[in-house]
Parts: sequence; C-alpha cells; structure tokens
Amino acid sequence: MNASIQSRNGISRRGFLAGASAGSLVLMAKVTGGQEVVVVGATKANLESFDPDLFVSIAPDGMVSILAHRSEMGTGIRTSLPRVVADELEADWERVEIVQAIGDKRLGDQNTDGSNSIRFFFDRMRVAGATARTMLERAAANKWGVPVDQCKADNHRVVHSSSDRAIGFGELVSIASTLDVPAADELTMKPASKYRYIGKDTPITDMDDILTGKAIYGIDARMENQLFAVIARPPVVGGTVKSFDATEAKKIPGVVDVIEIPKFVGAPLFQPLGGVAVCADSTWAAWQGRDALDIQWDDGPNANYDTDEFAKTLAAAANQPGKAVRNHGDADKVLAESDNVVRADYSVPHLSHAPMETPCAVADVKTQGDKVVSCTVTAATQNPQAVQQAVGPALGMKPEDVIVNVTLLGSGFGRKSKPDYCVEAALLSRTIGRPVHVTWTREDDIHNDYFHTISHVHLEAAVDDDGKPNAWLARAAYPTIGSTFNPLAKEPAGFEVEMGLTDCPYDIPHLRVEVGQAAAHTRIGWLRSVAHIQQNFAVCSFADELAHHAGRDPYEHLLELLGEDRHLDLKAIGLSNRGASPTDYPYDIGRLKAVTRRAAEMADWQRGKQLPKGRGLGIACCRAFLGYTGHVVEVEVSQDGKLRIPKVWVALDAGLIVSPDRVRAQVEGAAIMATTQARYGKITFKNGRVQQSNYDDYSMVTMSDAPREIIVDVIDSKAAPAGVGETTVPSFAPALCNAIFAATGKRIRDLPLRDHDLSWS
Amino acid sequence: MTSINVNGKVHELGDVPDDTPLLWVLRDHLGLTGTKYGCGIAECGICTVHIDGDAIQSCITQLGEVGDSEITTIEGLSEDGSHPVQKAWKEHGVPQCGYCQVGQMMMAAAMLQSNNDPSDDDIDSEMWNICRCGTYPRIRAAIKSAAKEMQAK
Repeated sequence: MNASIQSRNGISRRGFLAGASAGSLVLMAKVTGGQEVVVVGATKANLESFDPDLFVSIAPDGMVSILAHRSEMGTGIRTSLPRVVADELEADWERVEIVQAIGDKRLGDQNTDGSNSIRFFFDRMRVAGATARTMLERAAANKWGVPVDQCKADNHRVVHSSSDRAIGFGELVSIASTLDVPAADELTMKPASKYRYIGKDTPITDMDDILTGKAIYGIDARMENQLFAVIARPPVVGGTVKSFDATEAKKIPGVVDVIEIPKFVGAPLFQPLGGVAVCADSTWAAWQGRDALDIQWDDGPNANYDTDEFAKTLAAAANQPGKAVRNHGDADKVLAESDNVVRADYSVPHLSHAPMETPCAVADVKTQGDKVVSCTVTAATQNPQAVQQAVGPALGMKPEDVIVNVTLLGSGFGRKSKPDYCVEAALLSRTIGRPVHVTWTREDDIHNDYFHTISHVHLEAAVDDDGKPNAWLARAAYPTIGSTFNPLAKEPAGFEVEMGLTDCPYDIPHLRVEVGQAAAHTRIGWLRSVAHIQQNFAVCSFADELAHHAGRDPYEHLLELLGEDRHLDLKAIGLSNRGASPTDYPYDIGRLKAVTRRAAEMADWQRGKQLPKGRGLGIACCRAFLGYTGHVVEVEVSQDGKLRIPKVWVALDAGLIVSPDRVRAQVEGAAIMATTQARYGKITFKNGRVQQSNYDDYSMVTMSDAPREIIVDVIDSKAAPAGVGETTVPSFAPALCNAIFAATGKRIRDLPLRDHDLSWS
Repeated sequence: MTSINVNGKVHELGDVPDDTPLLWVLRDHLGLTGTKYGCGIAECGICTVHIDGDAIQSCITQLGEVGDSEITTIEGLSEDGSHPVQKAWKEHGVPQCGYCQVGQMMMAAAMLQSNNDPSDDDIDSEMWNICRCGTYPRIRAAIKSAAKEMQAK
C-alpha cells in the first residue's frame, strides 16, 4: 500500500494564479534587457503573453502568497527571498504563504548553484514588494479621498497619518487591482533603517515540517500507482551492457519489470549512464532485484582509468611549460635569474558530493501510441529548467512542456543541478506506462557521481629575504568540468582557473599562470566552491610556506603579500568576476585584508607563538563567489598523530546580509564540509571503477572529529550582496594545514590528511 | 500475516517478507516517510528510530526481528513537535537542509532518556550520525538545551 502524498510544492504557475482567491491582487515582475524591473498586474490574458519573474498575490482575506523559484537545499533561500518581498511590501510574515515554483524559463534563472540567489534577485524582489505596497497605498488614498503621501503601509495595513485611520491589506485588494501598476520610477524603496525582515532572523519556513518528519524531499515524492526503480549502471563511465539475464531478479517478490536504459550518446552531459533498471512495488524489492541481475558489461574507453597512475600524469603536466592564462611582467626570467626560489607541488584527489539524500526523482510520462503526450517530474533538483532541457529531448518533447515540481533537497552541493536521474525516471515511466520513482542507493551515488576533479598545482616564487615574491608562477593540471559537455576539452577553463589562480590577490610584480593538458576519464562536475578547492589549497598553503621560508610570522607576511588597499584591475587581468559589475563588485583588497585581520584578532593570533609543540594556529584568506573570508584554525596534534580541531574563527564579508543566522549556519557548515574533504576526501579509481562505495570507506566527519567550536563574525556591510554558500569553503583547508605545520612542522601538500602520519616527537 | 506496532498503532502488513529492512517497511508500506534513507549499512544514523525506547538503525533491522516491540518514529516522537529535542532544535536553528535531522533528533532523544546530563564526550560518542551540511555545533548546543528542559521535568 503506497500512500499518495500530494507534494506541497506541486502547484503549477497557472495553478498559482488560479489558486489565488477571486478578486486577488496578483503582480508579476520581470527584468527587461536593460536590467530594469517591470511589474504588471496579472490577468489570465497577459499571463500568456508576459514573461513573469515572480508573483505576489494578495487575497481579499489579506493572505499574501509569494512564489519561491529557487530550490531549498539548506541555505534557507526559500525563506530569505520571500522575506525581501514581504519587507518591501510591509507584509506581516505570519500572513505570508510561500509557494514553490515549477521549472519555467519565464521565471528567470532557477539554477540554485554558484551562490547567486541573493545577488541575482535581491533588487527584483524589492521592486515586486514595493510595487504591491504602492498600489495598496494608492488604493487607500482613493478609498479615503486623501493625498497618497498621507497613506503609509505598515505591517499588513495602510495607515492614514493625519486621521489615525487604518485599513487591512485584504480590504484594499479590490480597489488596488483596478489601478495601473506604477512604473519603477514611481516607487520609493524603504531605507535600510526601516527594514522589518532584511537582516533579521526568523525560523526557516520549513522548520516545523522538518522537525516533525512531514517535510517532503525527492525520495519522499509519490505519484498515484507509482513503481520504485533501482538501477544497475555501468561500473565504468562510457561502458555498455553486453548482455544480461534477469531470471533471478524477476523471481524476487514485488518485481514488476526489468528495463534496459541506453548509454548516453556523445558527451555525458546530463544523460543517463545507461544500465539495467528493476522496477518493483517497493524500493527494497527493486533493490534486491537489481542485485540479482546477471549483467555482462563492455567497459568501454575508460576501462583502464587508474588514479594512482593518472596522478603521476598530472604531476608531469604541471611540471612542464603550459599555456599561459595570465601573464604580467616576466616571471620566467625573474625565476631563472633568482637564487632564492621556493617551489612546491600540491594535489587534491577526486571528491564525491555524497549529499545525505541520494539523487531521487519520480516521473509520470503519458503516451498515445508511440507519442509522448505529457510528462510530469517531481524531483529534488537544484535546477528544474535543466530537468526540462534534459528530459524533453530524451522523450521527444519540447522542454517547456515538461512539468517539473521541486521538492526540498536533502542537500545538493552541485550534484542535484545535474538531472541525469530525472531522465532515468522519465525513460522508465515511458516504457512501463506507470509513474516510476528512481532511488539511487548510496553505493550508486558514490560510484556514479559527477566527481570533483583530481588535480595537481605547481607553484614557484622568487623571493627576497623577507619572503616577498618578486615573481610567481602557478601551473595547474586537472580534467576540466568542460569535459562533461565536450569530450575534446582537455585543459582547465577560464572560469575554473579564475577560482584561485588567475584571480591571485597578492601584489607581485611578475606573475604568470599556466594550465596543462589533462583528459577526463569519468564525469567531472562542480562541487561546492569548485576549483577553489584545489587552487586555494595550493595558493594559501604556499603563502604560508613563503612566510616560514623567510622566518616570518605567517599573518604579518600574508598582509604584506596582499599589499596596499586597492581594487584589482579586473579588465586588465581578464577576470570575468562571475559576470558581476566591477563597480558593484570590485575585487577589493582592503576588504580581503579586513576579514583576515578580523579572524586573526578573534583568534588572538599572537598567542600562537606561545603554544607548545603539538598545538598551532593557521591562517588563510580568500575572495570567492564575490565574498571575502578570513580563517584561523587551531589544531591539537597528539604525539602519536591524532588530530583535533578545537576551534575555528571565520570572518566573512559578503556585503548586505538578508538572513544573518542562515549565513552563519552556512559558514559553520562550510568549515565542517571542508574538514571532511581535508581529513578524508579521496575517491580513487582502478580499472575504471570507483573503489569507494559508501560512508564506511568514503568517510565523513561526525561530531567527534569535526571542529568543536566555530566562531563566526559576519561583517556589517552595505556593499552589494555577494555569495555565501561556497564563499567560506576555500580558505579552510589551507588554514587547517598551515596550523598543522605550526603544530608539528609537517607540511601537507597532498590531501587528504588521512594519508599522512602526523606523529611527532 | 505480519503485524507491526508503530507509534502506538498496530499495522497489518500482508505478505511483506520478513527480511525486509524496517526502514523500507516504514517508508514504502506504511507511508511513514519521515524516517530517511542515507546509507543502508548503519554508518550514518539517518534512519534511526526507537524500538522499546532504544535507538536502532532501521536500515539494518529486519522486519522479522521486530516482533511485537514498540516502534517509535519521528511521526510519533511527539504529537505536535513539542518534544524537548524538537523545541531545542528549533530554538538553535539546527536544520539546514533538514534531511538528517530526524535521525539526529531520534538519536538525541534516546540518549537523553538514559542520560539527561550528557558531557561533551558523551555527545561525541553517542551522536555519531552524519550531517553533510555541518550542523554539529548547533546539535551539541541543542542537546544541552533539551537536557536542561528534561532535567527540569
């Protein structure tokens, strides 16, 4: 018996309008080509012709509904963006309902990835809220026959300043919905001093559902009459099914059908890996059936992938001249002529996202004869439009005709922006003629991820007696994320090297960054903070090495290395700055130094010199996703090499903050995720196969080996809102390893720490 | 015919095989999806439920082992989210994605039942659940808050 649970998120865009009570004021907003926000009142007619970005609806009973079009995977975004609308609207948060959007390109960017949500949508949400507020104020002025400047919205009602009359939002809806929608230049935004919700904390909107087990994630999504599928995928990426025998699988009670899924064609993209699916009336029956399959595989072109061997290839590539991707001065000449050159090589292995909820999706495909007539997918996805774009072609449908409902995500970290699992569910549903829910087991997840790349970074610096580099050479070799989309892509892309190498903040006269060649032999994807992981591990560790080489204090040396307060010349360097304007989002060395100083101050950095052997402080800083982080990590390493991390201090400057407590939670979580990666993160391949399979051999830190205490200071800033989710990951691992050096004299250049003996005497 | 006692209610299960993990019986056969799947090998603690008050991992507990024991899932931990751990979790803003928190709370509730004044070391050894979002410091703080409330009762 399968209870059919209606997803709370399963409300379509049209349904949102239709569901609004008769006579509601419904507003839609969009950004024009000139980046201006236009808001209009929604009627059924202009809904078809207008490209809406978001909806605000106010019902006659006063209930305000706000559409959340980004995915909730733990950042609190499903609460934070609607809070911005509600603030400008002067709505009472207790009378706001949040409605999760389906995938629809007319809503604008829905790819909840790249730490972009607040940056992209803060202004748009304010315009939407201010528009609705202005219309309500004008409606009150009309009703009372008084000047509009005497009518001010205040906590879900409009108040007349000279008579103390007040009227609720709901009572104004019928008049407001007859008014023209004000143009952008007629709006007055609230001053920051009047913010009701922006910068103030509230429990996330899903809190009570989460705490009582009612929250619906992708694994919980149900459709009437659905089957459950578990899939045997090729053990090597690019492999295919030679033959299979399903006799034993079909003997498992509950197994309904066994269906082959074809391998992707061309580049992996977001297509399924292929394999054999067992569909059954429960997850467990499908799982047992899958394990009972007898499959002969053709391993294909990646059958010999061996990461021990491949690491040597990468090291060789990073140690010979490569293609220059940033070059000023003549670093080669200065390095060649210097008699004080420091060199170091760093490596980070493949990593897996391993989100607590494995990839899961349910799809219902309806056909007439051979023709697909409809498809509805409900999934834990970071990007419902990518689901449409992947599922549509796979079924021969237009992407926009695929309906995608978004559940809560049991974390994502980038994995769930890649919807291969949704395509699997859709293909199976089409074949079997019933809704099919695909659950990835943990083993499936670890074996078949879009892995964080394996990398090698070589660094050289020609330094003076104070450890100040006159020349700097960085050379990176790793399979690029681009290879997942284009098999010919064989060197790090511009957007990748800009995460820690070409955006080097240090003040160095001669600087050169090169990339080497490396082909991919598995699917490479983006994982929280992406190429910053390996590149800032190298660069921030190397800065510490230069300090120790010259016998300097690493903190003082780091501030000198950062140089004078200034803005980097983004255009001259050729940095994309994530597409953000250099005016709103300069690369501000002063802000980077400020967070570094703040972290050092909180940690009482100077006491590090008095710590006994086995204890130490390490420092690192980084600008990532347009935000600035300073980290100090304290470690205790026992003589027999056991590592403890009693305390971490983090200063973050991410500009204006909407939800301070959620930002602090992201900073804490980033330190812990980075601890896992630094201590244990290592995926290896032999004979093309991933050698790890679950949390027993791909370990995560838990309560006992995570940092015990994480002190976070979020800088009070009026600067434009920057990224948060990924921003504070990169500088943690180098700060940790710098602390280990301070404690033990052991320099860690190859992660993870588990591979090293940290004992000392 | 197998029956099972969950949250004070006896459910008839028809012909569900005895070797089916309790996790999937709860989720797929009883529709109690509050208990989550994480690893299937009792490494992450996410599927933790109570059997006669003890925290166990439902992913490795077979239906046949349960007998007529009383099983408590998150849906039965309290009627309205008012168990001290649920209140403390909310007070400290523990959940990020929230997916593992059901297992974290079930583990913490069982620990506090037998030890309502846990030390940091107790928490370290008893709370071995994995949280990929990294909520451990807040879980620790929330457990201490919940312990205080339970001591006061």
